[in-house]
Amino acid sequence: MLQTAERGASASKKAPHEKYLEAFRIMLQTRIFEDKLASLYRGGLITGGVYIGKGQEAVSVSCGIFLQKGDVFAPLIRDQAGRSAFGEPLLDVARTYLGSRSGPMRGRDGNIHRGCPKAGQLAMISHLGAMIPVVVGKLLAKRMKGEKGFVGLTTIGEGGMQTGATHEGMNIAAVEHVPLVIVATNNHYAYSTPNDRQFACADLVDRAKGYGYEGSSVDGTDLTQCLEVIGAAIKRARAGRPPQLVVASTLRLAGHGEHDDASYVTDDIRREPFAQDSLQRAEQLILEQELLDREGLQQMRTELAAEVDEAVSTAQQEDAPVGSEEDWCAVSTRELVDQIP
Amino acid sequence: MSVTYLEAIREAQTYLLREDKRVFLYGQDIAGKFGGAFKATKGLAEQFPGRVLNTPISEDAMVGTAIGAAMEGMRPIVEMQFADFSSIALNQILNNAGTQYWRTQVPCPITVRLPSGGTKGSGPFHSQSMEGLYSHYPGLVVLTPATVEDAYTMLIDAVAIDDPVIYCEHKYLYYHLKADALPTEKLPIGKARVVRPGRDLSIVTNSAMVHEALAVAQQFSADGIEIEVVDLRSVKPLDTDTVLASVARTGRLLCVGEAFPWGGVTAEVIARVATEGFHLLDAAPARINAKDTPIPYHPNLWSEHRPNAKTIAAKVRQVLAE
Ligand SMILES: Cc1ncc(C[n+]2csc(CCOP(=O)(O)OP(=O)(O)O)c2C)c(N)n1
Ligand SMILES: [Mg+2]
Repeated sequence: MLQTAERGASASKKAPHEKYLEAFRIMLQTRIFEDKLASLYRGGLITGGVYIGKGQEAVSVSCGIFLQKGDVFAPLIRDQAGRSAFGEPLLDVARTYLGSRSGPMRGRDGNIHRGCPKAGQLAMISHLGAMIPVVVGKLLAKRMKGEKGFVGLTTIGEGGMQTGATHEGMNIAAVEHVPLVIVATNNHYAYSTPNDRQFACADLVDRAKGYGYEGSSVDGTDLTQCLEVIGAAIKRARAGRPPQLVVASTLRLAGHGEHDDASYVTDDIRREPFAQDSLQRAEQLILEQELLDREGLQQMRTELAAEVDEAVSTAQQEDAPVGSEEDWCAVSTRELVDQIP
Repeated sequence: MSVTYLEAIREAQTYLLREDKRVFLYGQDIAGKFGGAFKATKGLAEQFPGRVLNTPISEDAMVGTAIGAAMEGMRPIVEMQFADFSSIALNQILNNAGTQYWRTQVPCPITVRLPSGGTKGSGPFHSQSMEGLYSHYPGLVVLTPATVEDAYTMLIDAVAIDDPVIYCEHKYLYYHLKADALPTEKLPIGKARVVRPGRDLSIVTNSAMVHEALAVAQQFSADGIEIEVVDLRSVKPLDTDTVLASVARTGRLLCVGEAFPWGGVTAEVIARVATEGFHLLDAAPARINAKDTPIPYHPNLWSEHRPNAKTIAAKVRQVLAE
């Protein structure tokens, strides 16, 4: 099994990863954007839920940043950073959360349940684990069509790892030997449930062997490690190695959704090394290694905040969908629409 | 030469694999020399290398994989070993395939073949008729071919449809139905067929029950009572027009279904006739379904559990007497 550097062994001595600054920028944009979404939610301006990936930005950005055109990405709940890295426009997100009729989901679905399959980003359904075989099918079809060099990546939480769908999906991926990477983030809570009621094995990465995957672990609070480990897993899958399971360790630094105060998260766990904020750590490294100075950081923050505000205000000015104008038709074949009296 | 219902299904798949590069078959035990639990794919793996693929026993992942492949431009046909096991794949079928086009505008042209319905000795877990359940959910097309000809043309049509299709093939008909040859004509998907014209009462039914209904109609004909039999063929969409036209001719309606009685196809047909064609009815519409218990194993119990010629005939008399 491929094991990575020990947690905390920060990369302060060697040169930073070539994508470090690009990744950091996306992480910061995500944080600003998600803070904004949370405040819109608190102000009653978002219908439904808001689910953010606070603390998980380093893992998520590393999932999206190495993917290329022709690859398949099936993000989940806490993947704003990965989605942005893969190329999802902020405006798509704002439109979906704010219920604009112009968004990719046009009010038919909301929040994190969005995507653009034509651009390679699948629109998750809620049922955890269900997207794994869909990615497998996309990859299988690409192989059948003679495409080469592609890879698929999907994410999941330590809770979602326990569904039957995840088991079936992981297994069938290995049976089909498709170039798949599964990045499982163990953020130590599934909604309110801690790990001891979720699984009883020592480490989820040990399952890799059982499925015929190559497994690796990563400190999800360390951007350098995330870029290296997830980047390497993507490279291996692309090169035809078996499917890859990467297990990242973090703490969910927000509620399950913005409706949730996460009061069940214990003080002890908040003191664990995996409870560090990946964004703060990345910022520190940037200053230490003088990739940017404080002024540069501040400028970046200002620019990003302007981008976020622009996306939000554009979406806010757009029309909402209207029931009387909706095309209430769930099949694409017009002549096969059931005419119910 | 003669063709059974099962052979028609195999021939349709042969045709599809030959004519359409996007088609591949995905299911348990369907490859190799074995060719499936019912031999619906026998010989196809050898004839079409790499396009008839055995899967692990993972119904949910089989359908999930097919969905992904379909979104990527392929036309997968998933074979469930028995319709009953598709319950494991309900999530993928209902929540992923059924919502995909509505949510993303990307069509999801999968075909899921369900070997359905009762045969004696098969018991609670190898006998189910699930067309009502699938029809309840949006986004799916649900077909129940009742003849050799329909088994052939409707499977070919199913694969051409840009939406997910649940193709319910009846296991009892596999070997019991024979035709002289494969059809050269077809009725489009979504059209019901009047398989026997009549004047006194309409039996609206589908799948294997079409043949029970025909047998009953034959009996009554000897006494000068002419029963019209309508084979729905497609459960979703449901051809309400053909049903209403039949009821307009006869004034009496009996719906017969092999599935469980709560809700389902018979209830849907009656609801439509009651709301759209109340004025056409000379008697209250009636229905007969399987009993509201799991499907029994023993032939003595099984033959009483599902509608049969005797129980259907009794219902016919009841409706005629009104
Ligand atoms: C099959 C299924 N059951 C229940 C839910 C409701 N649900 C949504 S997210 C969630 C917790 C997920 O925890 P985890 O997988 O660890 O991801 P995290 O939220 O920690 O990122 C639950 C129970 C669901 N979406 N799918
Ligand atoms: Mg979790």
